[in-house]
This record gives sequence, structure tokens and C-alpha cells, in this order.
Amino acid sequence: MIEEYLPLIIMLVLGFGVAVLFLYLAEWLGARRTTHGKQTTYESGMEPLGTARDRFSIKFYMVAVSFIVFDIEVVFMYPWAVQVGELGLVAFWTMTVFMLILFAGYFYELKKGGFEWD
Amino acid sequence: MIQQIPLEYYLLLSAVLFTIGTVGVLTRRNAIIIFMSIELMLNAVNLTFVGFASFMGNNAGQLFVFFVMSVAAAEAAIGLAIVLALFRAKKTVYVDEVNLLKW
Amino acid sequence: MMQELIYALPLTLIFILSIAVIMVDAFTGKNKTVAYYFSIAGLLGVIIAAIYTMTLPSADLAKMAYEGTISKGMLTYGGYAAFFDILFAVAGILTIVAAKPYLTREYGEYKEFYSLIIFAISGMMTIAHASNMVTIFIGIEIMSITFYVLAGFIRTRITSVEAALKYFLLGSFASGFLLYGMAMVYGATGTLQLQEISAKIATGEIVNIYLQIGLALLIIGLSFKVAAFPFHQWAPDVYTGSPTVVTGFMSTAGKAAALVAFIVIAKSLLPTNFGATLINDKLIVVKEFTENATMIIALISAATMLIGNITAIAQKNVKRMLAYSSVAHAGYLMMGIVANNENGFAGIVFYSTAYMLMQIGAFVVVGVLERDDTKFQQISDYSGLRKSHPYLAAVMALFMFSLAGIPPMAGFPGKYLLFTATIQSGYTWLTIVAVVSSIISMWFYIGLVLNMYFKEKEGDALVADVKSSHFTIAVSVIGVIILGILPSFLIDLAKNFF
Repeated sequence: MIEEYLPLIIMLVLGFGVAVLFLYLAEWLGARRTTHGKQTTYESGMEPLGTARDRFSIKFYMVAVSFIVFDIEVVFMYPWAVQVGELGLVAFWTMTVFMLILFAGYFYELKKGGFEWD
Repeated sequence: MIQQIPLEYYLLLSAVLFTIGTVGVLTRRNAIIIFMSIELMLNAVNLTFVGFASFMGNNAGQLFVFFVMSVAAAEAAIGLAIVLALFRAKKTVYVDEVNLLKW
Repeated sequence: MMQELIYALPLTLIFILSIAVIMVDAFTGKNKTVAYYFSIAGLLGVIIAAIYTMTLPSADLAKMAYEGTISKGMLTYGGYAAFFDILFAVAGILTIVAAKPYLTREYGEYKEFYSLIIFAISGMMTIAHASNMVTIFIGIEIMSITFYVLAGFIRTRITSVEAALKYFLLGSFASGFLLYGMAMVYGATGTLQLQEISAKIATGEIVNIYLQIGLALLIIGLSFKVAAFPFHQWAPDVYTGSPTVVTGFMSTAGKAAALVAFIVIAKSLLPTNFGATLINDKLIVVKEFTENATMIIALISAATMLIGNITAIAQKNVKRMLAYSSVAHAGYLMMGIVANNENGFAGIVFYSTAYMLMQIGAFVVVGVLERDDTKFQQISDYSGLRKSHPYLAAVMALFMFSLAGIPPMAGFPGKYLLFTATIQSGYTWLTIVAVVSSIISMWFYIGLVLNMYFKEKEGDALVADVKSSHFTIAVSVIGVIILGILPSFLIDLAKNFF
């Protein structure tokens, strides 16, 4: 049994070894000149503004919460999508009812102003 | 291949994860980290369910996991909102500073 | 299939209602009365449907629930499920009616309150109808998640938000244990369907070690949910911090729902009728550890009532005192599970009905008299209430006598039923502990009454803001007196359920 894992173990050891080796090579061979640009926070090429410990607008949290709630419902659709061909119309109408309930939640959020982000 | 790993290993792993989550809930002070530990506990249980279901060839357990996932998402949404409300009212997310109600 | 749809009517109606009520909320804008009357009318409809399903012949109910084409063994109908449907819907109506003046005065009325109450009721009704661990879990979570929001409903008030946070963290922590217990029981028996689980346990086709771990974790999780010692710490804080009407709702209907889950799980995981099949060694082991588990529940129950009542004596705040008394009542109600026979379960049904009426009534009286979160909740504030509000003083005294278990109020026959059922199954010591802790509880219940009637108030008298709460108080008073004087019809009904 253990022999089957041998290639995997070799790969892990080699991969880890190469990573450590390159890390130390870069440390050992690399030039060390600190400039202002290098020391600042990396923000995809933009000039960093302000501190990182800033408070965000509440709107971000609202987007996040809506996302969590609506995103996870997909979990019920994957198994449904795999089986809908065999289960036929009953499964179709069940999912329709489920989607209608989700839409009720969506309309509620729309009417309450959950999507007014600016 | 996966069948060669005995069921006990899955159960042990999920028990260890569950314990890490429990210890996290009991020792951490930040409400968000406590909540993350609770999510870890729920996911440990999911692993137990999937392990049992796979070894018994019975998919009721896998079905349960879907419901646990959606319940965990609902809990996350509510929990985030409650922590935000707490921060607005009290300017802290540390549970040991939340101590108005005591007997 | 048609017949099954009729049996499932209360459950179907509450779920349609919970979707409809948020739609009404979304489309009525600033108009608040529509959502208020719509939710009350909807709950009345649920009550009518539940009464109708109760009158249907119950002979083939269990069989149909098990083989049902729609529910596939996930749900059970009629009997105790229909009764608890009615109980929860009544609690919802009483709470909604009493909440309108309270919320308007304290914070501003928000229509979400009505939809949240209906969501909570739909969760509780799912628990009552459950015959599968999945449905129990979903029901408990719908109910708990709604309660987290309801506890923090007044979101500008620090105590309310703090109660919500504590309830949320400890409640979802408990859900983790409950879920792990379910996973282990699933591993032990290979099924999530409760009838199948109990059949497998009775024949010994199980993995013992998994079942033992699972049972222990389930007892921990459910003890958290009913607020039993040593997991009761959250209850006083949450019940004190939450808006008073919400406390009344979740300490009664929520507790009853958690107990239904406890009954359903205990009935299938702790079988008492091994009878003649008790020959092989494996079954003897199973019998031994179910007896141990019952003993643990008995110890939890005894500790809960003692701790609840003794700590309540030390309280100066009426709301907090009632919160501790609610912990103690969780102990009394768990006696029915220890008894684990039809009398015990009937006792739970009767006592949770009586308890719902008297506790909601008492909390509504507190809510009517309190102002600005914490003002006028002290026991000393209630002195001289007889002079300033003779009506409120009288009903509060009535609720206190009923909670203490003094005849002819509803608390007495409820306690009597539970005590006799416990003696029947051989736990005489538990009954003695319960009687002792009942006597201890007289101290603070009667103490409040004495304070209201025989002490003079210094300073200004309290201002009562009753309005529509009159309805809730009147219904509770009438219910408590009727159940106290004529308990037999409900007892007979409840004994037929199990």
C-alpha cells in the first residue's frame, strides 16, 4: 500500500526542497537596495492612500450579506441539475417553487432598498 | 483508493477539527473569530456525515450536508449583522467588553 | 396523496403565510396596520386548519406519515403535532397583539417584527411535525436564527444587541453539538428517520459506541436549547436584554418547541419496551446505557430546577427573576422526558400550555409597566401597585400563584401530572427534589405579591400603557383559570397523543 504513495512523497519532498532552495538562493545571491517604492504596500501599482486599518462603508457589508445568502442556494441546484432528467416534471416544479421563494426574498430586498448602493 | 483509508481516520479528523473549533469558541475574545470557530465545528460535522454516508453507501448523510451548508450561510449573514450592530452601539467586537448584563 | 395534503395543511399554510407576510411588508410601504392584521388573520387560519386536522381520524396517521408520498417519512401529522401548531400560533397572536403598543412606545413599530414572529412559528411547527433528524435540525435552526434577530430587534439599545450577540454565539455553538450528535446517531444506525432508528435500537442492529457518543452530544445540544443546567448561563442574560414581549414569546413557545424536539428524540432513542426480545448481550448493553442516559437527564433536570429557583431568590429585577424562573421551569418540564411514558409526555403538553399562558401574561405585565429599557423593572418599583393599578396587580398575583403551582391555577394540575408520571417510572427522588424546589420558588413568587399588596410606594406611582395588551392579559388570565379548574379535557386529549 505504501509503495503506491511513493511518487507522491517524492514529489512533495522535491517540491518543498526546490521552494526552500530558491528562497535561500534569492536571499544569498540577490542584491539588496531598499527604495521608497519597494517599502510601500503593494496595491496593484496604485499609490497607497491612507492606512490599511480603515473602516469600510456599511454598503460593503450589505453586499457581502446578500451575496452569502443568495450564493449558497446554488448548493441545492447542483444535485438537482444532475438528476432532473430522470426525476422529470415533479423535480422541475419543485425547483420552480424553490426559485419563487428565492424571488420573494429578492423582491423583499429590492423593495426595502437593499440594492441601493450609492 | 479512497476506500482503503479506514472510516476511523475520517472520524478522528473530524473529531480533531470539532475540538479545535470548540477550544476556539471557549478561548477567543473576538466575536468574529468565535464565529469562525463555530463554522469550523459545523464543517467538522459535515465531514463526519460525508464519511459515514460514503462508507455505508447511503446518501441521506450527504443530503443533510447541503442543509447544514445553507443553514451555516444563513447563520453567517445574521451573525455578521449582529456583530455590526454591536460595533455601532458599543465600538467593540471583543466579547469580554460586552458585559452590561450580569447578575 | 390528496388526504396527505389535507393533513399537511397547517404546515403548508404557515409557510405560505411566511412568504406572503414579507411580500405584504415589502409592498405596503409606510402602512403598518395591513401587516399587523394580515399576520393575525393568517395565524387564525393556521389555528383553524390545525383544529381541523386534529379532528380527522388518527388511526392511519402514523402509517401514512411513514409511507407518505409527499413527505417520504420526513413529517408526521395530527395528534400532538397539530396540538403544538395551535399552541405556537396562539402564542404568536398573543405576542403580536401585545407587541404593538410596546414597540410603538419603546422604539417605533417595525413591520419586520410580525414576519419574524411568523418565521419563528414556522420553525417551531416544523419541529412539532418532524419525524426525521433533518426536519428537526431545520426547524430548530429556523426558530433559533429568527430568535437571534428578535433578541436584538431594538438595535439601537445596547442591552438588546448584547443579548442578541450572546444568544447568537451560544445558540450556534449548541447547534454544533446537536448536529454532531445527529451525525453520530446516523453513523450508529445508518438512517436519519426516527422510526427506523428506534426499530434498529430495539433490535440491536447498531454500533454501540457511536450511539453513546451521539446520545451524549444530543443531550448537550438540546439542554442548551431548553436552557438547562449546566448550559443555562445564556438564558437570564438573553431574556433580560431582549425586548420584553420577545422574551415572553421565546421563553415559552421557544422552550416548548425545544422540548418537542427533546420528546421526539428521547422517544426514539431511549426505547423502554425491550420486553421479551431482551435475550442477546448486545441488547442488554443498549438497555444499560439508555438507562444511564435517562439518569443523566434526571440529574440535569434536578440541578436545573434547584439552580433556577435558588438564583431567582437573589434577583432584584422582576424581568431577570422571571428569566431564572423560566430556567427552573425547563427543569420541571424535563421531568416528563425522564418519565419517558405517555403520562410524562402528556404532562409536558399540559404544562407547556399552562406555562405559555402564565409566562406570556407575566412578561406582558412587566412590559406594560417598564419604560426606556431598564426603568421600573425592580421589585421595589412594584410596591403599592395594588393602589395605583388594582387590575394589573391582581392579574400579576394570579400569574405568580400559577407559576408557583398553587391551586386552583393552571400551574397546579400541570405540576401534579409531571410529578405523578415521574413517580410512576421510578424516579421518586426527582419528584422530591421538584417538590422542594417548588417550595423554594414560593419565596420569590409570593414575595413579589406581598410587595405589590402590602408595601407602600415612595414617590410617583407607575404609569401603565396597556392598550391592546388588555387582550393578551385577558386571554392568559381566562386560560390559566379554565385550565386550573377544568384540567381534565386537556389531560385526556394529551394522553391520546402518545
